[in-house]
Amino acid sequence: MAATISMLKGASNSPVGLARSEENVWIKRGLIIVTLLFLGFFLFLPLAAVFSAALEKGFGAYFASFDDPDALAAIKLTLIAAGIAVPLNLVFGLAAAWLIAKFNFAGKSVLLTLIDLPFAVSPVISGLIYVLLFGLQGWFGPWLAEHDIKIIFAVPGIVLATVFVTFPFVARELIPLMQEQGSDEEQAALVLGANGWQTFWRVTLPNVKWALLYGVILCNARAMGEFGAVSVVSGHIRGMTNTIPLHVEILYNEYNFVAAFAVASLLAILALLTLVAKSLVEWRARQELAAALEPTMIKD
Amino acid sequence: MKIVLKQASVIPGFGLTLGYTVFYLSLIVLLPISALFLKTATLGWGEFWSIVSNPRVVASYRLTFGASLVGALINAFFGFIVAWTLVRYSFPGKKIIDALVDLPFALPTAVSGIALTAIYSSNGWVGRYLEPLGIKAAYTPLGVTIALTFIGLPFVVRTLQPALEELDPATEEAARSLGASRMQTFLRVILPAVFPALLTGFALSFARALGEYGSVVFISGNMPMFTEITPLLIIAKLEQYDYAGATAIASVMLLASFAILLVINFLQWYSSHRYRTGV
Repeated sequence: MAATISMLKGASNSPVGLARSEENVWIKRGLIIVTLLFLGFFLFLPLAAVFSAALEKGFGAYFASFDDPDALAAIKLTLIAAGIAVPLNLVFGLAAAWLIAKFNFAGKSVLLTLIDLPFAVSPVISGLIYVLLFGLQGWFGPWLAEHDIKIIFAVPGIVLATVFVTFPFVARELIPLMQEQGSDEEQAALVLGANGWQTFWRVTLPNVKWALLYGVILCNARAMGEFGAVSVVSGHIRGMTNTIPLHVEILYNEYNFVAAFAVASLLAILALLTLVAKSLVEWRARQELAAALEPTMIKD
Repeated sequence: MKIVLKQASVIPGFGLTLGYTVFYLSLIVLLPISALFLKTATLGWGEFWSIVSNPRVVASYRLTFGASLVGALINAFFGFIVAWTLVRYSFPGKKIIDALVDLPFALPTAVSGIALTAIYSSNGWVGRYLEPLGIKAAYTPLGVTIALTFIGLPFVVRTLQPALEELDPATEEAARSLGASRMQTFLRVILPAVFPALLTGFALSFARALGEYGSVVFISGNMPMFTEITPLLIIAKLEQYDYAGATAIASVMLLASFAILLVINFLQWYSSHRYRTGV
């Protein structure tokens, strides 16, 4: 929520000078050591454990874990779910951000709270609500059964649950940025004769591209890694309705630890790539901001 | 007086974006969530109460709330130190560590679940040193607390960092020149200024922990009355096709989450309001 928004702003434009940190040098060192120990224990150790357990029996056993049709089916399903969820929420994010940033209307703050709602809902409940709608005993259950449409314990349910849990990601990154930017540039474009779509493509989109990219990266990471919600609607049918995280669970519960951690390491690599991409996007956004703030005189 | 529903604007696309946003929001979020409450409403009050006050369910609330609270407190304390260190000091590897703070957001919960279990089980990297001390972490409430601390870790750091950056150095200078010690400056000047952010981070971390499932189920061992968290109980009910039971418990959890969301919104409104008026 607010935390992810502030991430983009980063530790950029702070006027931190040496004069401000005036603690005793030992307190300072102590706090740095506490930070390193705490993060080492809670962040570095789990990450290292994944790769260590995956490679416990060597690279041969590691790569053999992926030579399994069920693992490949899980990877394929995860790509499908993310491939549908991310574009849907991207379009929604743009529409919602345009609406909220460019217009003043009654009920705006209620709308903002409702967009955040999926963040407040437990992943398990996110799955449950779709079971209540489309499950056999659900609202539409009998109708769906009559028409031989399967949503729960099938791919559509997994896609729906993924769309739900990743719903606010793009919108949450775009809204604060577009609110801050206001609509002066758009108004100028319109006055100069551009139509609405031209204004959107040529003015708004370039202004928000880094936040947009960041939202998409976060949305994708969550879509590929979601476990609880997908677990409820999937039915765990091997080779059919298993995503990568569910496949990890099955392997782990079968005490097939090397394979479980090997498949998990794929997701860990994805997480690390997400963090790298996030840092790059922040860096680019900061550079552009700095370039924009630079007085034009210095440029020529 | 005429009520203004929408201020006039030259920007086009109001109807289109409003229509699409409301349609998509209703379809994906509002309709499914209302299904949950409507299903709960079909239960009689007596039936609802007997489900949600069952001793096994109450034990799961106690564990979920207790472990989430302890986890959020640990995060508030250490998260403050981490945020402080990252904003104020420079040391080698700081950029990498700063980026790594978001790992619990980025790492799928199932992966963090099995990784934490591997570390804290009796032959794991940390578990093997805890075992001789008589401390069992995996498959106990302690393990649940560790997992919930892990997944809430970024919230406090990421809400505090911007607040610490925005602090005006002049106020600290003023406090010092008026004779305050460093500790007094910290307690009387810095801490009150960033306290709303700290509280927001704490609440976010707590809220996230309440609903967490993936990272907990592996390390908890899922023993009824002992290490069974509420989200797991919902899944257990669903697997027995007890939709009514699952729904009733889910609606209790959902109400708890909404209450926390309201508190968070209030805190954010309060801190921005206070900031704007400069009080």
